[in-house]
Amino acid sequence: MAQLPFIAAIDAGIHQEMRRDPNVLYFGQNLATTENHEFVAAYGHDRVRVTPISETAEIGIAIGAAMAGLRPVVELYMAEFMLVAMDQVLNEAPRFRYMSGGQVKVPLVLKAGFGFAAGWAGQHTGSLTALFMGVPGLKVVVPSTAADAKGLMATAIRDDNPVVFMHHYLLTLEHGEVPDGEHLVPFGVAEVRRTGGDVTIVATGWMVNRALGAAAMLAAEGIHAEVIDPRTVAPLDLDTILRSVAKTGRLVVVDQAPRHSTVGGIIAADVAEFGFSSLRAPILQVNALDTTVPYSEPLEAYVIPDEARIVAAVRRVMQTGR
Amino acid sequence: MSLQSPSAEQKVAMFTQMLRIREFEERVKRTFTEYPGVIRGHTHLADGAEASIVGTLSHFKPGDAALATYRCHGYPLVLGTDPKAMMAEILGRVDGLCKGLGGSMHLTDVEHGFLGTSGIVGAGIPHAAGAAWAAQIRGKREVVFCFFGDGASKQGAFHETLNIASLWKLPVIFVMENNGYNVVTTSAQEDANAAAGEPLAIKAKAYAMPGVTVDGTDPLAVLAVMEKAVARARAGEGPTLVESTVYRLSAHGNIIAPPGVPLHYPEHEAITVFGKREEYEAALRGDPVPRFRGVLVQAGILSAEAADALSAQVAAEMDAAVKFAVASPFPALESALDNVYA
Repeated sequence: MAQLPFIAAIDAGIHQEMRRDPNVLYFGQNLATTENHEFVAAYGHDRVRVTPISETAEIGIAIGAAMAGLRPVVELYMAEFMLVAMDQVLNEAPRFRYMSGGQVKVPLVLKAGFGFAAGWAGQHTGSLTALFMGVPGLKVVVPSTAADAKGLMATAIRDDNPVVFMHHYLLTLEHGEVPDGEHLVPFGVAEVRRTGGDVTIVATGWMVNRALGAAAMLAAEGIHAEVIDPRTVAPLDLDTILRSVAKTGRLVVVDQAPRHSTVGGIIAADVAEFGFSSLRAPILQVNALDTTVPYSEPLEAYVIPDEARIVAAVRRVMQTGR
Repeated sequence: MSLQSPSAEQKVAMFTQMLRIREFEERVKRTFTEYPGVIRGHTHLADGAEASIVGTLSHFKPGDAALATYRCHGYPLVLGTDPKAMMAEILGRVDGLCKGLGGSMHLTDVEHGFLGTSGIVGAGIPHAAGAAWAAQIRGKREVVFCFFGDGASKQGAFHETLNIASLWKLPVIFVMENNGYNVVTTSAQEDANAAAGEPLAIKAKAYAMPGVTVDGTDPLAVLAVMEKAVARARAGEGPTLVESTVYRLSAHGNIIAPPGVPLHYPEHEAITVFGKREEYEAALRGDPVPRFRGVLVQAGILSAEAADALSAQVAAEMDAAVKFAVASPFPALESALDNVYA
């Protein structure tokens, strides 16, 4: 185990796979511009390349390279930059295996940061995860710890499908214990980050930290929250969530996106349909307010869910129902 | 093998492939009336582009790849795909090339090097560059043929990809089949180069690669131009943009209508939209398939009787494809959930 910042753990995952598989490529804007860039030095320019600011071509090239047998990782930096190339992300990469009747595979990873609620204003702060999760053929990964960042990146690279790897910008420098050597985290296996019997809180990305913070505050008043981090939202480990709700009878979903574009809302709908008999109170959602993220610091903080709002929602759900 | 002066045998083989594309497409078109309702959605025919397709793909070698747009029936026929499986795919049947999951717009045959077809204009151009990157890494002088239309050259994907492909010297040949129309919009209405009277191949200059315009109705002219482009790519010198001028002899596609309205192929947009019947009829007079037959017969390479026999043989092959497709059952319902993920 080593203490690594989240961002270094992602790189460790890419290194792990590039070392073992010569078919893995890594490319994007503003990387590999000198010979001593760590990936260029290790793997050479055949496999590591800088691209111009051309997201459509970058992602499209990844698709073609993947269909031809390689495993590209595209460094996109920010999820919003994928919006420039949404056809390639949503309507090219996930379609080819299906439309070809299973003749081709499209193993690629789109690495993108999101949710940079640190004064990045309206166009670099989105929490776009839900946009990708309902697209058949696409997998969507949202690590919240450094260890998972490494292990999920490695699994994403080995996966034979297009994977959107969403890493939260506010976790970038968070340190965590990261296993040395080969580390893989399976897709579709949620992690119970804290156990508790009174209420289930489901959160992804940076919101996992805030949910854990809220759970600690609630414990002081005798409310024991179970915090679940799905880690991958496509595939989604609904079973772990349903098992928890069967135990607690109460569910609060926390998501950094505005109410109608959340992963949490989809989880809430699934639990309402498949876990209704377990529920002892209505499901509550804690989301960003329905607005573009403002620049000004107090306004930004007002819009994004925080511990206090999660605590308030949990108190409310504890006071309602049977 | 140089194809700069193809042998008589090679020329007959090229003519045969042109005939096969034409006869296949004629049957797709006819199927709308002979078997109403069996073809759904939208189909796009390659009639008029046969010489361009065959002249280009005559340079295809094992290990090469080709990618195209939704107007994709011609290429796999030349590469060796079974027309029965193609027609069954167009009819959505279990014996289809893609198990009925893709249809006319998404024909794919990996075994024969036909990697995939995007239905979104221009979207497949970077895919070809990606496959070319893979070929570059393999280092076996393999190349990728990237087919698209003139309309696609107005997409960002085209410009972004040509820039990168040239910068990285990717072994790809960008084959722009310029048929003069983006559905019902003429090139001059949407393309600054066309409006200025310039060939569309001039766009290559912006990306520091050769740009060539060729008469895409002359298979031997295409063959010669592609010889250079393919040699350049195989030598690791980078891509070429070839503008191959063709005339699409059918409308953009069959009519777009909700279920219940019988689908069919309307007249070409030159007539229905622009009233230019003479333009269309001139194109028909220049039809590359009978024209090349004339060239071969006149040169004594093929007798009229042999050409007729060839036509009959190809017609029988394509009739059998229709018969096979119509008789093929639909896929099992649960197969709709297969192949979502690898």
